[in-house]
Amino acid sequence: MNPFYARRRRTSSIAMALCLGATIFGLAWLTLILFTLFWNGFAGLTVAMFTEMTPPPNAQGGGLLNAIVGSLILTVLGIGVGAPIGLLAGTYMAEYGRFSKITSVIRFINDILLSAPSIIIGLFVYGAVVVPMGGFSGLAGALALAVIALPVVVRTTEDMLLLVPTQLREAAVALGMPQSYMIRKITWRAARVGLVTGLLLAVARVSGETAPLLFTALSNQFWSVDLTKTMANLPVTINNFINNPDPNWKRLAWAGALLITLAVLSLNIVARSLSGGRNPK
Amino acid sequence: MTDMILQEGAVEAPTNAWRAKALASFKLGDSVFRLLAQIAAATVLLLLGGIIISLIIGAWPAISTYGFDFLTTQRWAPNARPNPVLGGLGPIYGTLISSVIALLIAVPVGLGISIFLTELCPQWLRRPVGVAVELLAGIPSIIYGMWGFFVLGPMLADSIEPAIVDAVENIPVLNVIFAGPASNLSLFNASLVLAIMILPFVTAIARDVFNTVPPVLKEAAYGLGCTTWEVVRRVVIPYTRVGVIGGVMLALGRALGETMAVTFVIGNSFRITGSIFGPGTTISAAIASEFAESRDLHQSALILLGLLLFVLTFFVLAAARLMLMRLERKQGV
Repeated sequence: MNPFYARRRRTSSIAMALCLGATIFGLAWLTLILFTLFWNGFAGLTVAMFTEMTPPPNAQGGGLLNAIVGSLILTVLGIGVGAPIGLLAGTYMAEYGRFSKITSVIRFINDILLSAPSIIIGLFVYGAVVVPMGGFSGLAGALALAVIALPVVVRTTEDMLLLVPTQLREAAVALGMPQSYMIRKITWRAARVGLVTGLLLAVARVSGETAPLLFTALSNQFWSVDLTKTMANLPVTINNFINNPDPNWKRLAWAGALLITLAVLSLNIVARSLSGGRNPK
Repeated sequence: MTDMILQEGAVEAPTNAWRAKALASFKLGDSVFRLLAQIAAATVLLLLGGIIISLIIGAWPAISTYGFDFLTTQRWAPNARPNPVLGGLGPIYGTLISSVIALLIAVPVGLGISIFLTELCPQWLRRPVGVAVELLAGIPSIIYGMWGFFVLGPMLADSIEPAIVDAVENIPVLNVIFAGPASNLSLFNASLVLAIMILPFVTAIARDVFNTVPPVLKEAAYGLGCTTWEVVRRVVIPYTRVGVIGGVMLALGRALGETMAVTFVIGNSFRITGSIFGPGTTISAAIASEFAESRDLHQSALILLGLLLFVLTFFVLAAARLMLMRLERKQGV
């Protein structure tokens, strides 16, 4: 083998070894995080966690019931507001305005909203809802989550509707179906699995968001389902518990973090298996 | 014959009325649905406008009080008498530095992983590793922040950081950048947590981008006798350069605005020390830790910081999207 070629081979091997090293390095960190999370989280996963309220500082026991219920309410409301608007907006982009200039503008803006810092959304909702309403409230928190969910749904809806073959639409219109019926009965139905996937991804995205809730829903140490008052929720509760040296709070914070992670991971896995089964890329 | 015609006519009249009614309701339903879709689409546009306007309104008192001095003042004293002195230099500096350090770590590692995934990895391992990376990209950032606070911070402060501080003690410049004492809360810890958080993100995008390279190009290069590294270096990376840069910008946008991964570990100090082992703050960390208790000018200054962050990420993300769109168009041709 000539020395020049040997050197090229060597360079290549070194570079590839570095890539392998990077993979091991990266995956090691991520495994370490998951391992710590499970290790510390399982210790706190008890029945009491799902049946008792958040404890005051320096107390024993207690659970996360009010925070879990609050998070569920905020998520359902946020998705309930954000998803229909997102679905309709995505439908407009894919069906009515597919080739118009405005659609590409909306797509561009939507992509920016999709990755805009979530704390900015919190500031926006603070200015638009909390200040006029005169105080922090569960409603403001839900609206902040709706603003976060909206671009996720818009994006997946448009992508999924664009996958529906045009012939289906043409066949429906040729039978005399009005466009709006065609969209609801044919294209939405054909893209149903994809639309559900988008919804699940939006729920996953929303359920771990902390920053936008910090000064909209705030948090609440007690049981409250009143939407006009501050409302307990898991992420902000975890945030408050971390900032305190109390070991009991720390234990609950880990357990809550594990709960959120498990929820987000399983939502992502379900969404992935749904879309993986139907439309393989 | 005439009977039949008469009968047909008799049946036709009500049918026409029914048809007209059905058509009218179709027409109404059609236009209502269309209108709703248009309103929803307009909402997306209005949302961006609403965010910008509400931030400008909220930030106006601070803008009119401090003007451009806000960008050059380091002192952050919301309780100073008679008037609060508020300058955004500290958080702006911290935001930029922590994001840059995070990218310096995450981009090479992420590119390495995606090269491994697209070129080296045995076929059966590709999907599991790829899926794992994508799932990790979805984990909420508060988990990373919590881990950084409880695990990574103490670990770094006890082992690696003191060693680095000692090693560079007598080297000029470096002994300022890496000045001790090492602590659990520092700019560097925050950057490292950020890096780990955006790593799956960088990897997933880079892998997708690398996968757009037509196999023919790579096969041609291998056919000429190129080594794997030469194929990556001379074919894959040049072909996907725009997309890779777009992906890096997207990751930068995420790092700039990240809140929860940073807030716990950065130390919330508005003073710029010059050492990356010293405490600092970022725009989002400052907002997260002070906003709920702030009032008047203090609150307005925090919103102004938020506005600056939004403008900054807007341009970074816009540039990223334009670049990724260019790659897509190339792929379409």
